[in-house]
Amino acid sequence: MSAQVAAQARALPISRSNRRPTGSRVVLQAFLMLTAAVWLLPVAWAIYTSLRPYADTAERGYVSLPGVLNVQNYINAWTQADLPHYYANTLIVVGPALVLTLLLSSFVAFVISRFPFRLNLTLLMVFTAGNLLPQQTIITPLYRLYLTLPLPEWVSDSGLFFDSYVGVIAIHVAFQMGFCTFVLSNYMKTIPKELTEAALVDGASVWRTFWSVIAPLARPALAALATLEFTFIYNDYFWALVLVQTGSKRPITSALSNLQGLFFTDNNLIAAGAVLVALPTVLLYLALQQHFVRGLTLGATKG
Amino acid sequence: MSSETTRLVTSAVALPAVRRRLSLLTRQDKLVLALMLGIPTAVHLFLVWLPAIGSIVLSFTRWNGVGGLATIEPIGLKNYTDIFSIYPPFWPALAHNVIWLGVLLFLATPLGMFLAVLLDREIRGLRFYQSVFFLPVVLSLAIIGFIVDLFFAPEQGLVNNVLGTTHPGNLIDWLGTPGLNLIAVLLFASWRHTGYIMILYLSGLKSVDPSLREAAVVDGANARQVFLRVVFPAMHPINVVVLVITIIEALRAFDLVYVVNKGRNGLELISVLVTNNIIGEASRVGFGSALAVILLVISLGAIVPYLWRTFHADAEAA
Repeated sequence: MSAQVAAQARALPISRSNRRPTGSRVVLQAFLMLTAAVWLLPVAWAIYTSLRPYADTAERGYVSLPGVLNVQNYINAWTQADLPHYYANTLIVVGPALVLTLLLSSFVAFVISRFPFRLNLTLLMVFTAGNLLPQQTIITPLYRLYLTLPLPEWVSDSGLFFDSYVGVIAIHVAFQMGFCTFVLSNYMKTIPKELTEAALVDGASVWRTFWSVIAPLARPALAALATLEFTFIYNDYFWALVLVQTGSKRPITSALSNLQGLFFTDNNLIAAGAVLVALPTVLLYLALQQHFVRGLTLGATKG
Repeated sequence: MSSETTRLVTSAVALPAVRRRLSLLTRQDKLVLALMLGIPTAVHLFLVWLPAIGSIVLSFTRWNGVGGLATIEPIGLKNYTDIFSIYPPFWPALAHNVIWLGVLLFLATPLGMFLAVLLDREIRGLRFYQSVFFLPVVLSLAIIGFIVDLFFAPEQGLVNNVLGTTHPGNLIDWLGTPGLNLIAVLLFASWRHTGYIMILYLSGLKSVDPSLREAAVVDGANARQVFLRVVFPAMHPINVVVLVITIIEALRAFDLVYVVNKGRNGLELISVLVTNNIIGEASRVGFGSALAVILLVISLGAIVPYLWRTFHADAEAA
């Protein structure tokens, strides 16, 4: 009871909206609802179309009430396009890429934020700038490089970085490290310096200081980055499109380009395929929304 | 006391602490530090900056990529003069990138900012609205390309079905008509960009000191004046980030047009031209690199001032 009153008392002065006349609040709500409806339309339309059999839309037209709704398009997309195979490809790329990106960038962030080396600032600038480059500015030499860099046959059946999972993972790690280093070093700078010093004075090694003191404290930033980076890497279209030639080896987002030909006459099937491919990131977003927002905010509030 | 002396005094105070910290390190510790910094840096430099420099070097050469490195032939500025004079898709592509930037900067960004301002208060359904507006950001641009198709396909698309223009006589070929197809993809690029900008500004607005607003209101400013004269200038750091992100997004644009029609027929972009020169049939390494360098120079024009501003301030503070 008293807590409730206290909460109200605290809430009152800051709630600016309470001072507004009711009329303008109604206008605001109406405007937001309308905008939200427009915003959801593309996704809603994709889902609606995907649930209607082709025959139903052919007979009644696309903009019509449904005669039949079923999941047949999903079953067809799943099997005809061999989606499980492409999800597996994505997993092979995203898993290692995510772990390595976070691990390597937390190394760099740890050193930069804890030890006063002269090149720290330069390094941080190089990493950050590298991540901001459009991918096409480096693709031509990278493509050539990948065609000459060898890999053992048991890692890549092409015997090269080109057309291999290792190659795609490597460029994701190299590229995404820029953003993660930037975010993590900003975050680690907020952890008191005394913690590292105390650990070192107590005789802990550098590695132990990193692994048992700093890395656990950076967990909130790591969680936010993991969510964000999963989405970035999952959603990559370009790297795997250019660096993986064999269609059946591509992760699911890049594989959309080969699936397109398979689906092209039937919008209902396209819709079902698109929904299925989008599903993992959307579910992750719905479950961990705050991590997404925090990740992006951490990346932008520096400056 | 002059700033020079202040700095001397500060470093004199700071130095022993630093020395002490470094002297605590064993040889093994130093090795670990070197590896923790060295391995990631090497990977990043090797796969990002080496190719970036490679683009610059190769842009002054002719090479079809077939022979070894010895067959690379230096040709000076010829690739650039060719691009500017006798390569038809270049100027349209550049124009499309500029239009792309214009739409993101002058339509999507202000809309995102506006939504952030509306949501930066206690209203019912705040979380719901925020989730809805941010949703497109988690979709890949390739998927959004499919959604463009669901909307603008000639016979099966939503738009033509609503307009009743699906018959041979009155059919509107949205994606097959230059101009119309650019409008269609930009509509969806903006759909995504708006949510991104909204989230950035929501955090920007939270960082503005409330007493600034209060003071302005007490001084008799109306809501518009408070925003334009007080809140917006106070968000300067976020404004810079948003500007850089928007420029980079406009230069990176690729997936959407590539899914829709491989970036042809009115949807050419510089990124697409670069890609066509390496995965197309005729592999023109030098020429493609020159196009990439044009993209690189424009990008660095945005990136370098931003980093300078961000990290220079940091160095001053340290």
